[in-house]
Amino acid sequence: MGKLSIKELELKAYDIRQDIIRMLEKAGSGHSAGPLGMADIFAALYFDILKHNPVQPDWEQRDILLLSNGHCVPVRYAAMAEAGYFDKSELLTLRQFGSRLQGHPERTKLPGLENTSGPLGCGLSQACGMALAMRMNKELHRWIYVVMGDGELNEGNIWEAAMLGSKYHLNNVIGIIDRNNIQIDGPTESVMPLEDLRGKWESFGWHVIEIDGNNIDAIIDACAMGRAIVEKPVMIIAHTIPGKGVDFMEYDFHWHGAPPNHEQAKLALKELRTLQGRIRSEHE
Amino acid sequence: MSNLHLVDVHKDEVVSEPIRKGFGKGLLEAGKRNVNVVAACADLTESTQMGLFRDDYPDRFVEIGVAEQNLVTVASGLAAMAKIPFVSSYAAFSPGRNWEQIRTTICLNDRPVKIVGSHAGISVGPDGATHQMLEDIALMRVLPNMVVIVPGDALEAQKATLAMAEDSRPSYLRLAREATPIITTDKTPFEIGKAYVYSPGSDVTVIATGTMTYQALLAAEMLFKTGIDVEVIHCPTIKPLDAVTILKSVEKTKTVITVEEGQIIGGLGGAVAELLSEELPTKLKRIGVRDRFGESGTPEELLHHFGLTAKHIAMAIHDAYDNK
Repeated sequence: MGKLSIKELELKAYDIRQDIIRMLEKAGSGHSAGPLGMADIFAALYFDILKHNPVQPDWEQRDILLLSNGHCVPVRYAAMAEAGYFDKSELLTLRQFGSRLQGHPERTKLPGLENTSGPLGCGLSQACGMALAMRMNKELHRWIYVVMGDGELNEGNIWEAAMLGSKYHLNNVIGIIDRNNIQIDGPTESVMPLEDLRGKWESFGWHVIEIDGNNIDAIIDACAMGRAIVEKPVMIIAHTIPGKGVDFMEYDFHWHGAPPNHEQAKLALKELRTLQGRIRSEHE
Repeated sequence: MSNLHLVDVHKDEVVSEPIRKGFGKGLLEAGKRNVNVVAACADLTESTQMGLFRDDYPDRFVEIGVAEQNLVTVASGLAAMAKIPFVSSYAAFSPGRNWEQIRTTICLNDRPVKIVGSHAGISVGPDGATHQMLEDIALMRVLPNMVVIVPGDALEAQKATLAMAEDSRPSYLRLAREATPIITTDKTPFEIGKAYVYSPGSDVTVIATGTMTYQALLAAEMLFKTGIDVEVIHCPTIKPLDAVTILKSVEKTKTVITVEEGQIIGGLGGAVAELLSEELPTKLKRIGVRDRFGESGTPEELLHHFGLTAKHIAMAIHDAYDNK
């Protein structure tokens, strides 16, 4: 696959967003805000950053993408379908009985998933374990990307991994925090303050890169920078807008764990189409 | 009995060794046999006996620090890259503290991590209730996809470790701290999922696991002199349970006693109760810890206090026989 332009990647992100809305409306349950906010990150990962092969998901030299905040899996399913892992029609089976697209991702159900997640705080440790194994195998040119939510950073398990990654200088681990400032009970800073988030990771020995997580150019640059850092593991704090692309969902924590109904979905899809046009014009 | 190549605990000189030492030797051997065997520990490398492996294979050993949640989730990642990770801590902490991570990232995620919980049971002694893990069998047994093994002596622990390294499933190995009599030999068979009739008899079936098998054998000998012919089954694999061996014995004796150094709720006693009530309803007496915590004391004091000595087991068998 040849590299896509930034403009083409942005269009992918908006296709992914529309699929997320369709999937969640059909499923009647699930999380809206996080997946919409991370559509740019997943478009960048699947269509530029990751070394992967949709027709051979277990390709031995692939990069690994772990999703630690499993509730945001609709964005991954949508990106995978867009990339050709399975037919897009299967997206509408999300959360239904017999579907490979479980409400929270189950690795053993769908080729291309790298981990089963949902219960929070485990992905970074798994990434560290994989990185240690790769080091033992002397595999130097594979990268492990692990996407985490910010609310998830309340979990102690994350900080256990933060210590370990730093201790072993696991430079092929690149963490991406979806810093959208919301969690189920409200804004992260009122539920359990995370700031100074950059300072926390730096004091744990990580190289921190802060970016606009809705800017595909910035996401690609940050990951390239991350791969160039050899002494430390890398944590990208990607500031995103929850519900990005749908005005009535943006910034509103009530959409963290709720799906759109039929009318809301119609409105959202219309908005996404309009926005798509606007973004296209910005880069022409 | 002879084909099992056991030590005759009534005649031969019996040597004791902590069961966990067998694990340490088994892990080293597994590491020699397969380069993919790796190990991680949570700041208890010497007491869980991982030191032997670490010294020979420092590049395949990960020191996690006091972080049991990280221990098993890092291991999930190691297993994802085709490693065969053994992770050890005290059973009270792993699987005591990290059960959900084991459930999600190992069992549901189907990553064959080998979890080793040392210092299980009340015979941990002076450390007291916090460190005397009694609920681990129940915790691990209930997880789909998990194998649960409780070896009866150091030699069996060694064999079990090698068997776990070759098995494709996640598994849990429960180890005791104190020196335990070695009742098997190099030639005694061990296979995951098999229970063994260590002492054939016709009147009462005693199913024992871990450190309690030796005590059950002593109890059987005491009762033989009084005319009660006890069949002792050693059951090192709690899950999958060897239904065939157990049912065959119970059909013959129609009286069953289980013995374990842990909670009877959900433990070996629970497992056998479930099997029998579905397949062969039979009166069952469960010996073990009965819904309470341990406390500080010497191992001998505690085993006596909780009724887990050969004498106590013999009395229970006698009662069961009388009420048959």
